[in-house]
Amino acid sequence: MTKQHANWSPYDNNGGSCVAIAGADYCVIAADTRMSTGYNILTRDYSKISQLADKSVMASSGFQADVKALQKVLSARHLIYQHQHNKQMSCPAMAQLLSNTLYYKRFFPYYAFNVLGGLDSEGKGCVFTYDAVGSYERVGYSSQGSGSTLIMPFLDNQLKSPSPLLLPAKDAVTPLSEAEAVDLVKTVFASATERDIYTGDKVEIVILNASGIRREYMDLRKD
Amino acid sequence: MKDLAFDEGAGSIISIMKLDTTGLESFPSLIAPQCDVVGELSAAPSFDLPNSNDFDGFLKEAIQMVKPAKGTTTLAFIFKEGVMVAADSRASMGGYISSQSVKKIIEINPYMLGTMAGGAADCQFWHRNLGIKCRLHELANKRRISVTGASKLLANILYSYRGMGLSVGTMIAGWDETGPGLYYVDSEGGRLKGTRFSVGSGSPYAYGVLDSGYRYDLSIEEAAELARRAIYHATFRDGASGGVASVYYVGPNGWKKLSGDDVGELHYHYYPVTPSTVEQEMVEATGA
Repeated sequence: MTKQHANWSPYDNNGGSCVAIAGADYCVIAADTRMSTGYNILTRDYSKISQLADKSVMASSGFQADVKALQKVLSARHLIYQHQHNKQMSCPAMAQLLSNTLYYKRFFPYYAFNVLGGLDSEGKGCVFTYDAVGSYERVGYSSQGSGSTLIMPFLDNQLKSPSPLLLPAKDAVTPLSEAEAVDLVKTVFASATERDIYTGDKVEIVILNASGIRREYMDLRKD
Repeated sequence: MKDLAFDEGAGSIISIMKLDTTGLESFPSLIAPQCDVVGELSAAPSFDLPNSNDFDGFLKEAIQMVKPAKGTTTLAFIFKEGVMVAADSRASMGGYISSQSVKKIIEINPYMLGTMAGGAADCQFWHRNLGIKCRLHELANKRRISVTGASKLLANILYSYRGMGLSVGTMIAGWDETGPGLYYVDSEGGRLKGTRFSVGSGSPYAYGVLDSGYRYDLSIEEAAELARRAIYHATFRDGASGGVASVYYVGPNGWKKLSGDDVGELHYHYYPVTPSTVEQEMVEATGA
């Protein structure tokens, strides 16, 4: 009797794209709101963005069940941090926590592709980009998800900042103003929607700056 | 005879036949004299085959074993003044360049550096873990840990995860009481002491430049330039390497970053564009 092997996978890909752009005193984090499985759309109105702390916002694409679990773990850890240290976690600290949380499941990973955006302790915008098992890097801008291969080259073209590895160092923050950055994000999603079947419906844009947090929505093609 | 095999990538079931290898065997004649050269040459060649139930799977694994992995170029060498460490900064996911600005030289503590090749998350996490362990050693023993000790700590951890899929090819470079130290440690559990190493898919190219230009009594500037050139040449020929060539020096007072140059710009620095003489110059047509 030949042995039957499992054909069930614990993972699924719900698609979607995420983008984050860091500015001199602001940070823009955006994600589309389409949730799909295979060729089906499960819903047009699903938020992939979660505010982990005062100045840290995470957008994640991939398998949304793993994303939801990850968000819960991080907010629980943040709550404990607040109890122990009597202050909010800074964005770079949250970035390290996210990296460690992802790596602890190195042998059964969270199928989540994350971008973390926020303001660092000096008030400057910061964006951290991750792979599924926790390797991370501070960058000026990033995109993850099904549309990332379409979005990244465009952002490179518009925003390409000097590498933080160069010596003598050059500043990695984008010279764009907040309004220009939001406009760029809208353009980017409109283009990605044209050529990626998993991106569309609506884009949710979160803007973090010194005065607080603001949310904007823009409709995208629903086909 | 059929065997069902599980293809992990797609989650599908594929069936394979056990190969009929009788045709590959050759039976040298026992009657003919041993020095029958012509007979030996004209007989069908025989191949040694593995005693395996799953010949296709074995072949796949064998190919994977010799496949060049770890898309990167890192190098380190010991010379008279200390240790020189250099690396590129490209991260690739298959054919897609996921980043051109990855920090592949990790600062474990102010007098020790680690290089990253293989899985980025594996290298980042375990180097940070090593830094923590080194600090704990300092606090417990009131003295800094040696490069030998630090590399052993890392090698032992990686050995315990052997076979589980970690991908780490790192060099630990530092300066301790015995002087400059350099070890190569990898996720198979290997740990080698040495004076010259290069790790990654671009390492053959880097070795070529490094080995031909190496002298023990290089000055710091000369050694840095040799390291920079070796990385540049590797990024030129290896598609999986690129970005920024970073060069670090480890001396008696700890490490210092010497340079970080975009390899695209380094190319024109080493090979400037010489304006060529124009034989026939096109001019604007004036009117009809």
